Amino acid sequence: MNGCPGCGGNCASHPPMVKKAEYVVALAGNANVGKSVTFNQLTGVDQETGNWPGKTVERAEGILQYRGLRIRVIDLPGIYSISALSTEEQVSREFIAHDHPDVVVNIVDASALERNLFFTLQLVELESPLILAVNQMDLAAQKGIVLDHAKLSGLLGIPVIPMVAIQGKGILELSDAIVEAIHARPRPHLMPFGREVEDRITRIRDLLPAGAGGYPPRWTAIKLLEGDPDTLWEVKKLAPDAVTAAQGFARELEKIHGEQASTILSGERYHVAEQLVSDTVAFRSPGDQEVTLTERIDRVALHPVLGYILLALMLGGLLVWTFIVGAWISEALTAFLSGIAPLRSLATGSVVDILFNGAWTGLVAAVTLIIPYVIPFYLFLALIEDSGFLTRFSLMLDQGMHKMGLHGKAIIPLVLGFGCTVPACLSCRIIESPKQKFLAAFLVTLVPCSARTIVILGIVALFVNIWWALALYLLDFVLIIILGRLAFKLLPGESVGMIMEMPEYHVPHLPGVVGQTWQRTRSLIGIVLPAYIAGSIAITAAYALGLLEPINAALSPITVLLLGLPAITGVVFVFGIIRKEMTILALAALFGTTVFSSVLTPVQLIVFALVAMLYAPCISTILALAHEFGWKRALSITALETGLAIALGAVAFRILSLFM
Amino acid sequence: MASEQLEEYLESILDIEEQQGIARTSAIAKCLKVAPASVTEVLQVLSEKGLVHYEPYKGATLTDTGREMARTVKRRHRLLEVFLTDVLHINRENVHDEACKMEHTLSDETECALCKLLKAPARCPHGSLIEACNRQVESCSACLEETRPVAAGSRDEPLIPVTSLAPGQKGTIAFIRGDNSVVQRLTDLGLTLKTEIQLVRKAPLQGPVEISVRKTRLAIDHAIADHIFVASCGEKGR
Repeated sequence: MNGCPGCGGNCASHPPMVKKAEYVVALAGNANVGKSVTFNQLTGVDQETGNWPGKTVERAEGILQYRGLRIRVIDLPGIYSISALSTEEQVSREFIAHDHPDVVVNIVDASALERNLFFTLQLVELESPLILAVNQMDLAAQKGIVLDHAKLSGLLGIPVIPMVAIQGKGILELSDAIVEAIHARPRPHLMPFGREVEDRITRIRDLLPAGAGGYPPRWTAIKLLEGDPDTLWEVKKLAPDAVTAAQGFARELEKIHGEQASTILSGERYHVAEQLVSDTVAFRSPGDQEVTLTERIDRVALHPVLGYILLALMLGGLLVWTFIVGAWISEALTAFLSGIAPLRSLATGSVVDILFNGAWTGLVAAVTLIIPYVIPFYLFLALIEDSGFLTRFSLMLDQGMHKMGLHGKAIIPLVLGFGCTVPACLSCRIIESPKQKFLAAFLVTLVPCSARTIVILGIVALFVNIWWALALYLLDFVLIIILGRLAFKLLPGESVGMIMEMPEYHVPHLPGVVGQTWQRTRSLIGIVLPAYIAGSIAITAAYALGLLEPINAALSPITVLLLGLPAITGVVFVFGIIRKEMTILALAALFGTTVFSSVLTPVQLIVFALVAMLYAPCISTILALAHEFGWKRALSITALETGLAIALGAVAFRILSLFM
Repeated sequence: MASEQLEEYLESILDIEEQQGIARTSAIAKCLKVAPASVTEVLQVLSEKGLVHYEPYKGATLTDTGREMARTVKRRHRLLEVFLTDVLHINRENVHDEACKMEHTLSDETECALCKLLKAPARCPHGSLIEACNRQVESCSACLEETRPVAAGSRDEPLIPVTSLAPGQKGTIAFIRGDNSVVQRLTDLGLTLKTEIQLVRKAPLQGPVEISVRKTRLAIDHAIADHIFVASCGEKGR
């Protein structure tokens, strides 16, 4: 990619003052090994997050300025293997193989070396310049694990840096090692497998033409033997006989071992990893006899009774936040901001007035959403993610979530959804399988968010009675379960049962938590703020231009005939797409009263709230869905929910009219 | 007092304690079909020997030594049941009483030989778990490997799904069923064949199970874990 052209390998003597040269370092490793902490330590605040092109996988990038070099650090997703089974694995594999980072830093957890080295061995197969950063040396020492890192370095042929990233220990050494590695390009020693397997790999490799597919030949041979579909397809065009030979060998191995070839190779890698560990690690037990802190917390957090109490407290706390604290902050902020400049969504006057009013209303809407609902929820999410509680909650809820075709992790987006749908949609990323990710996002758009709660409370609870408001809530939950089951059956793709690591608990790394909250909030602002401002301006302009009447007329077959509502509500629903609680403001402005029971019958109030609750998600949600899943799916959800809202609204109108 | 009788008491206290936390005199009396007065008497003896903590009017709990003894007897009882059923083909209804009499006379050596002959069975014919032996072996498979080929008539190695292990119990992976991608994912996480894994806990209501493998902890969906078969080795974990 860039390297140091013109240096001819004499880089070590090159004065390290070349400002222009930019190098690329990739951080790779399992989840929960302190990769993000290391990333934060290396790059400081100089970070940018986004998605990998075309994927819903987060991509974090930062700059390390060290010894006069400007080094771009890419944080690859936390994965356990490079089998390319998941999107995360695909992204990592393609990046390492095709973008040729100058150095790959593999961060491993010293206390679970075997599993971590399994991944290291796959990186070794990819033959990139590699550094092994062994993190959490302190925890390993507590467990009586003593690593001879010099020996490991000798065996692997690459620098091995012991670290305690959370305390910043070893970061300087790692930075030094990165700079040196950029010049020296340490190539790891290839670790041969057992004869039986290695011979077959060599024979396949000999059949491969040079430079096939851009991957190292031994790696390609291994992938062919494993039956990796992408590699088979690529190589088939260039060297069909290599593919045939590989398939033959794979069958031979499968016959001998009675397992599929890819499993045999994973077994081989683990065998090498076991060997490396037994050569370099001494166990100074009996330290692991005593009950660890993690075990002690787990006895409560995963207890069949106490665990659920803890969960209920957490969920209850979040709901209390949403309905009481968040609502209060939101109101106070609105009051404060409307003191600065009045909020008039239905302004007329000069073009400047219209633009200003629209933009100001949109800005206030964004601020009163982000400060009370988004930041606290994101902070909470980062805290439970980082401390290790998230995996426990997921485990406890897994069975219940199965009812909706989801698994335990989906509780997070569903709970976030009570605050605001947008961060909830974005947080669906934590679910691995694409099908379940989409399913969760779909269900999240149905969860009554704070805005919809305001509508239900402000219209039905206030002017009909609280029981009808609760009935609407209940209906919503029933719908979520029914639609969840339906969508689960109808959506293509398979559902993967939960397999996840249970990391040890630790005190959250505060800068990391704050950083992550900020990164997430920032990417949310990028979606929400423009949507609000542009949307508000558009509507204010529409009002000023006298477009409201035509809109009402166009929508009246639905509003009047199907739903039995006054025609004026047509434009109110259009307002609601910007932000749902604006329907109340718009209704008040258009009717010229806030006592809705004087202008609408109880049936109309209930139908209005029902439709407002279910129809099209707000514009920010639609944008977030499009961002994560593409426009087609975002618009399908919008259309489906709008149709559903109209249908249910029409039915409710007819049934309720019979006895109310 | 005959050690046989004491062992019977220890066994029933173990059973009651597991269900109710503390073994009340009345519960023991009911279980052994004896008068409560004689139970009190025996409990005092057991307490003197340091095998139980006995509090009058409350009941008894086992001491560590008492529990160890009770478990050994229980283990012998169940091993004998397997032997009587599977090798001698004794009528299943009679094996319990038969084993009850034999269990007190079994030596360590015989018990160990029996365990190897039966290839370290995980459960008795009635489905109860067979406890670990207290021998210093790395794993049951290691113990089985040092044996000569066993006599004819012994059964095939009992393989059970991980979900049937008791919390704390270990097993070595024999095979994993399921579609290729799931097997691959499990293998990538370190669940390769012959790897020793330990069941840490099961979530309630058929929820996921937590296992420990290669010094890491994994939570696995119950349905997936049902397809991971292990040769259980009953060896007690931490």
